[in-house]
Amino acid sequence: MIRLSIPARQALSKLTLPVLVVAAFGLMLLGKADTVIAERARMALNDALGPIYAVLAEPLGAVNASIAEAGNLMHLRSENARLRQENEYLRRWQTIALALDAENARLKGSLNWIPDPPANFVTARVVADAGGVYARAALLAVGPNHTVRKGQIALDERGLIGRVTEVGARTARVLLITDLNSRIPVTMETSRARAILVGTNGARPRLLYWPEGVQPREGERIVTSAEANAFPANLLIGTVHFSQSGVPEVEPFALLQRLEIVRIFDYGMGGVTAPEAPQKSTPGRH
Amino acid sequence: MAGAWRYPGIRPRATFGRRLDRAARAGFPATCTVLTMLITQAPFGIPGQSVLLPSVTLASVWFWSLFRPSSMPPPTVFGIGVLMELLGYLPLGVGVLTLLLAHGIAVRWRRFLGQQGFAVTWLVFMPVAAGAALLSWVLVAALTLRLLPPGLSVFQGVLSGVLYPVLAIPLAWLHRAFAEADAD
Repeated sequence: MIRLSIPARQALSKLTLPVLVVAAFGLMLLGKADTVIAERARMALNDALGPIYAVLAEPLGAVNASIAEAGNLMHLRSENARLRQENEYLRRWQTIALALDAENARLKGSLNWIPDPPANFVTARVVADAGGVYARAALLAVGPNHTVRKGQIALDERGLIGRVTEVGARTARVLLITDLNSRIPVTMETSRARAILVGTNGARPRLLYWPEGVQPREGERIVTSAEANAFPANLLIGTVHFSQSGVPEVEPFALLQRLEIVRIFDYGMGGVTAPEAPQKSTPGRH
Repeated sequence: MAGAWRYPGIRPRATFGRRLDRAARAGFPATCTVLTMLITQAPFGIPGQSVLLPSVTLASVWFWSLFRPSSMPPPTVFGIGVLMELLGYLPLGVGVLTLLLAHGIAVRWRRFLGQQGFAVTWLVFMPVAAGAALLSWVLVAALTLRLLPPGLSVFQGVLSGVLYPVLAIPLAWLHRAFAEADAD
């Protein structure tokens, strides 16, 4: 160790804090100038921590499930009555749906309809919240030899949750539809009008840019639109709900607060993907 | 070892075991902080869990800067800040700056705060936590050029204040258990 005089040491130790504060501003500039560095560092860190969290996820999931189970036992009777009622209601809908499905198949058959290609999917466990205070995202453990790519589409059993934005060696990050940076082309189901679903970091993303003469209706279902070739058409997203200030928002079907298992679909969409590292930029519109 | 130059005199020979012991004691605050940070990221499935990370980190850095500043020097705070940004998906630099400023305040006021009871340190920490939440909100908004919804940042400030005693009581116990003569 270099031996310094006591005053020199004291002066040095007084200087460390201001120098590091300046370095923090430098780090901000660096983060602004080169976003790839932070992304790489994060994915490396996630790859290292992902397996640990994946191991932890199972016992923690079991604990959460048993707590939920205890809660369920309390409401068993009322829940049972509600489910009976709902089952009856859904049975009526099932007959209607089956009849419509058969009719749809007949009509498609007579039109020589080109069927949509079936999509491959992989299922992955959500191992951590990859959002933080200012973003909404989920971290998935996808295993070492995965086929997950940027731009693939993530759904839970109820509806769309988002798109894969970063892929590491063992983990993938899915940007949720509620994130501030999320923009999704959507169709309103009854009017078939196009709009854009814009995330706000809140629980409900907003509906923006619908055409003149069309008004989103309360309770109307919102599905994805195939415009820009980023999503396949007609994936369920949620229902329109007007906020207190009269802004149309979408209540997602997916349980974005409690994601556990997520399916990642490969629809072969290459329309809009986030820009990759500079040396292998993806062709296409940005 | 750091600090040895300040106390001339006879002391036991620095054997390997003794050095290891000193290193463990010196590294304890940083290790403890990093472990707590990693634990907050585990999949507990609590709604709003993401707010835990900045709150817990700030409380931990504040505590150790106040009571063991020689084991929580500015470079360590810088490293913890970078880890927080990477884990919490903050823009680079934002967490580092807020933590360094909180550390600076703690170190400057520690002569006064050290003599006061726990309640006073907590009372002083509350505006610091609110200021840190506000500062990171302003910085993130400035860096992303967007007005962010303030809800979670307000929650973060409040949560830091509320969590401080929960964190500080076991830390105070550990601090005594791992006591080291601290001259500053």
